[in-house]
Amino acid sequence: MKYFPLVLANLGRHKRRTFLTIASVALALFLFASLRTVVTTIGLAAQFGSARRLVVTNATGIVFPLPLSYANRLRAVPGIEAVSWANWFGGRYGDGKRFFANFAVDAESYLAMYPEIVLPPEQRAAWLQDKSSAIIGRRLLDVFGWRLGQNVTLQGTIFAGDWTFTILGVYTPSDAVLNDDMLLFHHALLDERIGRAGIAGWYVVEIDHPDHAAAIAKAIDDLFRNSSAPTKTGTEQAFNASFATMWGNVSLLMNTIGMAVVFAILLVTANAMMMSARERTGEVAVLKTIGFTDRRLFGLVMLEAGFITLTGAALGLGGAKLFYKGTNFNAAGFLPGFDVTGGTLAVGAAIALLLMIASGLFPALRAARLPVVEALRRVE
Amino acid sequence: MALVEIRDLYKAFQRDSQRIDVFTGLSLDVPEGSFTALMGPSGSGKSTLLNLIAGLDKPTSGTVRVAGAEVSAMSPTALAPWRSRHIGFVFQQFNLLPVLTAYQNVELPLLLTRLSKKERDERVRIALGVVGLDDRMRHYPRQLSGGQEQRTAIARAIVADPTLILLDEPTGQLDAKSSQEVLVLLQRLNAEFGKTIVIVTHDAHAADRAKTVLHLEKGVLEAAP
Repeated sequence: MKYFPLVLANLGRHKRRTFLTIASVALALFLFASLRTVVTTIGLAAQFGSARRLVVTNATGIVFPLPLSYANRLRAVPGIEAVSWANWFGGRYGDGKRFFANFAVDAESYLAMYPEIVLPPEQRAAWLQDKSSAIIGRRLLDVFGWRLGQNVTLQGTIFAGDWTFTILGVYTPSDAVLNDDMLLFHHALLDERIGRAGIAGWYVVEIDHPDHAAAIAKAIDDLFRNSSAPTKTGTEQAFNASFATMWGNVSLLMNTIGMAVVFAILLVTANAMMMSARERTGEVAVLKTIGFTDRRLFGLVMLEAGFITLTGAALGLGGAKLFYKGTNFNAAGFLPGFDVTGGTLAVGAAIALLLMIASGLFPALRAARLPVVEALRRVE
Repeated sequence: MALVEIRDLYKAFQRDSQRIDVFTGLSLDVPEGSFTALMGPSGSGKSTLLNLIAGLDKPTSGTVRVAGAEVSAMSPTALAPWRSRHIGFVFQQFNLLPVLTAYQNVELPLLLTRLSKKERDERVRIALGVVGLDDRMRHYPRQLSGGQEQRTAIARAIVADPTLILLDEPTGQLDAKSSQEVLVLLQRLNAEFGKTIVIVTHDAHAADRAKTVLHLEKGVLEAAP
């Protein structure tokens, strides 16, 4: 502790350089935490889902619809207790710069299937009664300044035209991973406006027991194997995980960019430490003459490196945690539950420690091994 | 009894392929409480001798004993703490740390001791008082004159109450007035506080203040008449 003023004085020697180095470390770790949180959020989203829910999609691909008539046939499959369906709508609001997900769902069965969508009873009743209404996630209220009872018009991108909905409900997800950035409206309205096409984007079925999932999925796919639209059925978790797998390369990219940024900052920090150590060759020799041991000088230089990297880490990692928490960030609904995890903070702290060792080690060894007479001759 | 005993000292440097012999069998005794000036032309080995006494450099052969300890045989690990207890070193260029105040510079050797903050504070104030800089404690080296800087460096050298004070051309960078102040101070430290002082100098006035003047030429010591 008594050496702390000496360390601080040395750091204050080039205030701008010290500030910029700390800022570089902070920015690098902020970016690292952000990129890693993208990966962890995707991973978390892949784990979301009830083991009792199966998702039935068109075997050709999720963008191909299934006949609405499948609903009754699905209800007849042994082990299935409830059936619901949904359609990706892809509507755009205003200039479309602020994206949010919007789906047409079979309202009553969908709400029953997803207890995670928490809606006040009176709003639920109001929505179910009015086919032209919609419910939205709480975040959309804040983003657009909408209010209950307001009419909101979306421009259809898949289903052409202007679509006006009355906001009759605001839901709050009971699970942070569930998107609170969605607009849900009645599938019946979609069906009516597109001329009773009788299509559903996918089905969600609730089964009697998770252990029966594989058998029931097989039974569903067998049922529709020889139909015009064969199905592919899996657990909701597997369905979400398949989205995460689509993000697989993104995860690799995020991790790679994160590590590249950290490595670049390592070079910046190491360079700053080396410059600082080189400038003080004479002073190190003087300290050795006074009686500072090699070990103590090694420790002092490491302490400086530690101050820079750990302060930067605290600012970068703490800043990321507070920023994303404070702004309730969710990447416009793409990454619900976006939050810097304890694991990410721990990895960031470990990186900061490695950064400290890697950037401080060489200058510290140089200071410790400095031949004092040689160094004094240079300054005298 | 001599505080510094140098026996049969050999020191050679290797410059490229050339071997330079600085000392070839030098012996010297510096009594406790003495004030010795080492004079001689540049390259005669004065500073090298000072470095050897302080344990900053190793002899090629021979022994250097200071206060009973064989400095020439000590490991670098043992030398640093030994130096902090026994040696006060003053440089020609002052060599104060520019980022520290006069007070903090003087406190540096005490950081290596087990003294409490309060005790360190007392000692620093006393040392700065002895050199007449108690009103400049919070000043940074750039805010001090050359003479004041050197007096701060002397305060740093005496603050831990070392056995021996070594000064390498302490007046080399000072004007006449500041030189006089520093020399008077050294004389006081020797006379009033009984400090053993060895000073390397080219300055005849500086040598005049010493009790003993030794001339070093081509590695050979001779007492001045």
